[in-house]
Amino acid sequence: MIQRAASNAEPILTVRNLTTRFRTDLGLVTAVDDVSFDVAAGETLGIVGESGCGKTVTSKSIMRLLPEQVTRIDPKSRILFKGVNLATADEAAMRSIRGDKIAMIFQEPMTSLNPVFRVGWQIDEALKYHTTLNRAQRRARTIEMLRLVEIPNPERRVDEYPHQLSGGMRQRVMIAIALCCEPDILIADEPTTALDVTIQAQILNLMEGLKRKLNTAIVLITHNLGVVAQVCDRVIVMYAGRIIETGSVHDIFHRPQHPYTQALLESIPKRGRREHGKRLPTIPGIVPSLHDLPSHCRFADRCRYKQDKCIAAEPDLIETGDGRAYRCFYPLNQAPAAPTVGAR
Amino acid sequence: MALMEVRNLVKRFPVRGGVLNRVIGHVHAVSDVSFDVHKGETLGVVGESGCGKSTLGKMLIRLIEPTSGTIRYEGKDITTLDHVELMPFRRTMQIIFQDPYSSLNPRLTVRSLLREAIAFHRIVPRAEMDEYITNLIRKVGLRADAADKFPHEFSGGQRQRIGIARALATRPEFIVADEPVSALDVSIQAQVLNLLMDLKDEFGLTLVFISHDLKVIQHFCDRVMVMYLGRAVEMMPCLDLDEQARHPYSKALLGANPIDDPSDRRPLTILQGDVPSPFNVPKGCPFTGRCPEVIDRCREEMPPAVSHSDGHLVACWVASEGVAECQRGA
Ligand SMILES: Nc1ncnc2c1ncn2[C@@H]1O[C@H](COP(=O)(O)OP(=O)(O)O)[C@@H](O)[C@H]1O
Ligand SMILES: Nc1ncnc2c1ncn2[C@@H]1O[C@H](COP(=O)(O)OP(=O)(O)O)[C@@H](O)[C@H]1O
Ligand SMILES: [Mg+2]
Ligand SMILES: [Mg+2]
Repeated sequence: MIQRAASNAEPILTVRNLTTRFRTDLGLVTAVDDVSFDVAAGETLGIVGESGCGKTVTSKSIMRLLPEQVTRIDPKSRILFKGVNLATADEAAMRSIRGDKIAMIFQEPMTSLNPVFRVGWQIDEALKYHTTLNRAQRRARTIEMLRLVEIPNPERRVDEYPHQLSGGMRQRVMIAIALCCEPDILIADEPTTALDVTIQAQILNLMEGLKRKLNTAIVLITHNLGVVAQVCDRVIVMYAGRIIETGSVHDIFHRPQHPYTQALLESIPKRGRREHGKRLPTIPGIVPSLHDLPSHCRFADRCRYKQDKCIAAEPDLIETGDGRAYRCFYPLNQAPAAPTVGAR
Repeated sequence: MALMEVRNLVKRFPVRGGVLNRVIGHVHAVSDVSFDVHKGETLGVVGESGCGKSTLGKMLIRLIEPTSGTIRYEGKDITTLDHVELMPFRRTMQIIFQDPYSSLNPRLTVRSLLREAIAFHRIVPRAEMDEYITNLIRKVGLRADAADKFPHEFSGGQRQRIGIARALATRPEFIVADEPVSALDVSIQAQVLNLLMDLKDEFGLTLVFISHDLKVIQHFCDRVMVMYLGRAVEMMPCLDLDEQARHPYSKALLGANPIDDPSDRRPLTILQGDVPSPFNVPKGCPFTGRCPEVIDRCREEMPPAVSHSDGHLVACWVASEGVAECQRGA
């Protein structure tokens, strides 16, 4: 099961059979189940799905940022980056990769910025660790980075504390920290979810510009399908710990093959006269609990196309060779003779 | 007919500081806002965090005392009513909050939660209470056995249904829904929006629907009021918003919102700067600091709301230039 990047570019990150479990009071749960994908240089890969489907656990598994005591990354899992398997790498190896080769930004930047240190100090620490610049050079570079992420008055802001900055500015500082070492991959986990839409536009614009300038690959995790439509090249759709569909952003939005993807897209409120004030198509029910996952298709209980087979077994992820894959016995929009919805 | 008339509504919160804890300034949460709510409509209120939406919503149902201005409900000035006089309005006007969990008492079962309000306002005789509660719970799409569970036993979407049931329990006519779907996943959001639409039709409700999500407002509301830094800057029918929005802030909001179609990519509108603090509000138009179309006059004087067409009010010197100086409307 290999999901190649849409471009022919060599992947810089290869994830295979990633399975992450947690020890909980109610027993072992599998939060990420047999997830495989590639990330190519310069692309923006979106990971979407409703809350709890395993997006953050996937990214934190790659960064090895999950609490050691309760986390088990299955030994079959491989996370290959420049010849190293991050799934089994030791903490020293991870430390040189984190923030240097692979950087991550989170939804709430305040939790990853240290409130008692000035903004400049935090960037300086990253530079100290990952570069050989001297103190004066680092100071100059810090201010340059703040300017690059469009923070006004960087000479003044560099000596301020995180709480003196707005949410949008803090996220920009996080991006500055993430990018000051020119990483190969930036993993952005809901980077704009807590921000107002005009600030979201600034941050997305900034990420786009930096990607173009540095050819950084971006893994953008979000539940906002509009953001995905505007900035991603390829998309992975997750459901209850599984990948249920992957494809180019156009395929996912215009020709979804998994009923969940289709239903998710339909449930977005629409602008415009035709849909105004109409009831929205919904997905009945809720996501199954990890403690109580069915052994058949995980979406079957909510699926409008459910057949007997769907509650007898779980479908495999089927690759169709064009960079697409789906996990469904009865996929939609199959080329060439696409079955109509009514006929199903 | 206007069910509610809001005129020149203002809310300033004092800010204390210094060793003596004196009032050192004010947060201008809502400044001179006037509008009507028509019977049976859904009026959307949109704007970025801190622009005063929740403060406005709570003032409308008198959960917060206005600093000045008036609110009339069915012609009656409710702004100055005391506790006792307000009682009938406490039944008629309800609110649904964004975070149903923090707004539901965790120690009460759903039944007790609902019973409180129903008994207080004597909605049904004691003997019919259980049947009334069961019907209410079914109405919001929960199973009858939900009545004897506690809030923590429900998912986010189900909790919001409980919040809606509680609001409906007193048979209200007017409901402020403050970001009722903002914390929910999109599939659950659609369920709750549908429920609100159904209930609105069934009970003939009038809704003030507060959201920071323009897409939800555009789908769901009849008219929209755009707020910026405590001010209403534009008001118009929702369907005209895409094409007819005139205020530079409304246009920026529209342009900054990503479109759910990868074939329709376009550069997002980028507004410079941050949402300013309502602590020190600039003189003149509150949007001057970020406005791409600002002129000198904007910095001096707050523009009045000018009627551009039927039901379309814009508070902007630039957008209203040349528009006949109509009366300052509500
Ligand atoms: N430390 C943990 N212990 C137990 N369960 C966890 C832990 N971290 C995450 N989970 C569970 O893993 C699942 C996936 O979570 P997450 O990846 O955060 O979802 P999301 O897609 O919203 O980012 C959720 O059911 C969550 O409750
Ligand atoms: N009780 C209060 N005391 C002081 N300031 C308040 C209070 N409630 C709200 N504010 C301030 O008033 C402004 C408007 O807040 P709010 O109405 O909650 O905005 P919104 O709902 O649009 O995000 C914000 O700056 C907020 O910090
Ligand atoms: Mg997450
Ligand atoms: Mg609010």
